[in-house]
Amino acid sequence: MVTLTINNQKITAEDGMTIMEAARQNNIYIPNLCYLPDVHQIGACRICVVEVEGAKNLQASCITQVAEGMVVHTNTDRVRKVRKILYELMLSDHSQDCLTCTRNLSCEFQALGKLLGVEDSRFEGERSPFQVDASVAITRDMTKCILCRRCVTVCNEVQGVGAISPQNRGFKTEIGPAMNLPLGKVNCAMCGQCTVVCPVGALKETNSVGDVWEALHDPKKFTVVQVAPAVRVALGEEFGLPAGSRITGKMVAALRRLGFDRVFDTNFAADLTIMEEGTEFLNRVKNALTGKSAVLPMITSCSPGWIKYIEHNYYNLLDHLSTCKSPHCMLGALIKSFYAESINVQPQDMYTVSVMPCTAKKFEIQREEMKNGGYKNVDAVITTRELAQMIKSAGIDFQELPDEEFDNPLGLSTGAADIFGLTGGVMEAALRTVYELVTGRELPFEGLHVTPIVGLEQIKTATIKFTDVLPEYSFLEGVEVKVAVTSGLAGAKILLDQLAEGESPYHFIEVMGCPSGCIMGGGQPRSSDPDVRRKRMAGLYTEDESKVYRKSHENPYIISLYENYLGEPNSHKAHELLHTHYVPRGKFNELTDEDFVVELDEFTKRRIARTTRQEAKIPPVPVKTEQESVSARILELEAENKKLKSELQDTQETVEIMKLVLSKYTKQS
Amino acid sequence: MSAAIPKEALSQEEKERAYAQIANVVKQYKHKKDSLVQILHLAQEIYGHLPLELQQFIAKEMNIPLSQVSGVVSFYSFFSTVPRGRHTIRVCLGTACYVRGGKKIVEHLQNKLQVELGGTTEDGNFTFEVARCIGACGLAPALMIDDTVYKQVNVNKLDKILEQY
Repeated sequence: MVTLTINNQKITAEDGMTIMEAARQNNIYIPNLCYLPDVHQIGACRICVVEVEGAKNLQASCITQVAEGMVVHTNTDRVRKVRKILYELMLSDHSQDCLTCTRNLSCEFQALGKLLGVEDSRFEGERSPFQVDASVAITRDMTKCILCRRCVTVCNEVQGVGAISPQNRGFKTEIGPAMNLPLGKVNCAMCGQCTVVCPVGALKETNSVGDVWEALHDPKKFTVVQVAPAVRVALGEEFGLPAGSRITGKMVAALRRLGFDRVFDTNFAADLTIMEEGTEFLNRVKNALTGKSAVLPMITSCSPGWIKYIEHNYYNLLDHLSTCKSPHCMLGALIKSFYAESINVQPQDMYTVSVMPCTAKKFEIQREEMKNGGYKNVDAVITTRELAQMIKSAGIDFQELPDEEFDNPLGLSTGAADIFGLTGGVMEAALRTVYELVTGRELPFEGLHVTPIVGLEQIKTATIKFTDVLPEYSFLEGVEVKVAVTSGLAGAKILLDQLAEGESPYHFIEVMGCPSGCIMGGGQPRSSDPDVRRKRMAGLYTEDESKVYRKSHENPYIISLYENYLGEPNSHKAHELLHTHYVPRGKFNELTDEDFVVELDEFTKRRIARTTRQEAKIPPVPVKTEQESVSARILELEAENKKLKSELQDTQETVEIMKLVLSKYTKQS
Repeated sequence: MSAAIPKEALSQEEKERAYAQIANVVKQYKHKKDSLVQILHLAQEIYGHLPLELQQFIAKEMNIPLSQVSGVVSFYSFFSTVPRGRHTIRVCLGTACYVRGGKKIVEHLQNKLQVELGGTTEDGNFTFEVARCIGACGLAPALMIDDTVYKQVNVNKLDKILEQY
């Protein structure tokens, strides 16, 4: 422990703590911008500078550690002036299109300006060139970037992807892929974690709200929406409710009021996934145990960011992936086939929308594989954030909405489906069904929660032993199934490296692309609550426990779907609609011609045109006449002369001093 | 830095040899921390410049993201992603050389070689750059061609110097 003084207040702090952390613990707030607790503390923006007695320069409090007897001032005249100047300098190279920016009123940079009391922007000068690069999932608008580098840390260190890094130097610095390549042509997993941490409007999901409104307003379109599990424990945050608040019923009501003809639940397809993936797993294990060829471990395939990651980086391991499409694409395929037939609507007249906690799902629906009969399984994906924007813009008072139910038959789900939204959930859901299918008994864990794989750690493992199995599964008698669960692509890398080395002890692996799973997905509300993960997780477990059915195979609509339409799990029909294959892409996208770059939307194009026109209006630097340039040269030389004279004077003074010292020294000796 | 070879001058065989040499360099250095700059430096010496393809090769060999390699390449002005001339001329425009007429030398070279700053002559002989002080202020105005420093250059001397290359 060390004792220090902050703003005349004596406090104690733990060794190794930063000034920022020590201050916060004592309810002193130091303004900051690039700081992300535990993730990104590099002192890039310098907004958090404080005065430390005895130090010549101001210190960035997010990286300066406390020391015994340190005296810190966080709010002096000097500190306040410096913060304002720093802010204004950043502002001078910022596009300042605030009123028409998606982050207007939710922008950390804007909020900081208000906090600091900045009322003027004194610096005018060159601006970074206008560059907007849009992939199907993520849009980079570099006129808004303030170079805080949060995205760089998240992409490189948290996710281990490294699609973006700082390029060039000084004023020309830009955060982006190598050699100006567009995001849609590189190894970006489209996980969108960068869009969650971006404090401004520089990194964001590629907007699909316009397309969805258009479909909703088109009387010829039959619009069907579905919602992923993780959305229901986060959407409330956009309306002022605490993280993890369960607002499923209000969300359904809101979607109806937006004008969707049917409101279905991706959860239904999560139950379906368990039937398909569980069966696939049992078949693989059976083949392996009966001497046939089988690729194990099998790895889950629900997370499209994870899929893109493995397609780029470990494309020779693609056989390990389950062939199941992700749940929302399964449901999309069913809506345009099974459901369309049952209500006698042509698939071309349908428009399917998925509300997802994810940006990578925007990429996934553009894949050639996610089509059946020439129709896209899902026509548009909007993030949780985009849905909130639509609800607000439609004038719906969210908090006052009644609770409503999803439409059937594709809206009923079990508790197993709810936990698909968090790390360990898919595995737990699969085990609940697989164990019971094989043994005829319930999974032997309290509350059906497989405790070793519950929690937010990077990698979790469990072993399930099958004993007293039913006769048709006799090949599993006494077999120990080893499972592993990871979330975040850095964790996936660890498990895949192990697999590539031939040392993976597991039979079944669950991977979710975002740390903690979909609850912390790239399309979720940006939260400043340090406990947001746990709260959203708790929300999903409560949702699970509140369900009548807790196991996917008990879902009555799933049972009847198989009886009346699909036949049995992994049937020919199921394969056609619900399964897929994968594309080797290569680290540099070199193994495929496919790219995911999109044309800029009309709004952005207009902005570019406007900016270019403004630039053209700036009068060119007037050409100097010969006389002018001569006089300018004279002035230049005079300045140089003055400078040299003062240097000479300095040197002469130094010589005098040295002479004096010398004479003193001579006298003494 | 030794004389760089323009890319088009490399045959397929030479290219393969260069890549093998670079692979060797990476093998030698990749376990040392922060060795990327050194590897890129040697790779440019071997290959002449650092095009995307070569950056990808280095990223793959080192098992680091391409965006990081490109970030370092684009940070340092001595790295080039486009083919460079056989020789590099760097005219010093530090204060002393500037005052003593460095700018005139730049202008003269631009006219004579018909090349913009940072560009390479059509025949691939020279890449033309400026430097911010090469530490030869007493010899101003100075310029460097490859590793050789030429002192107190003037327009007449310059033509003679260039003839040697």
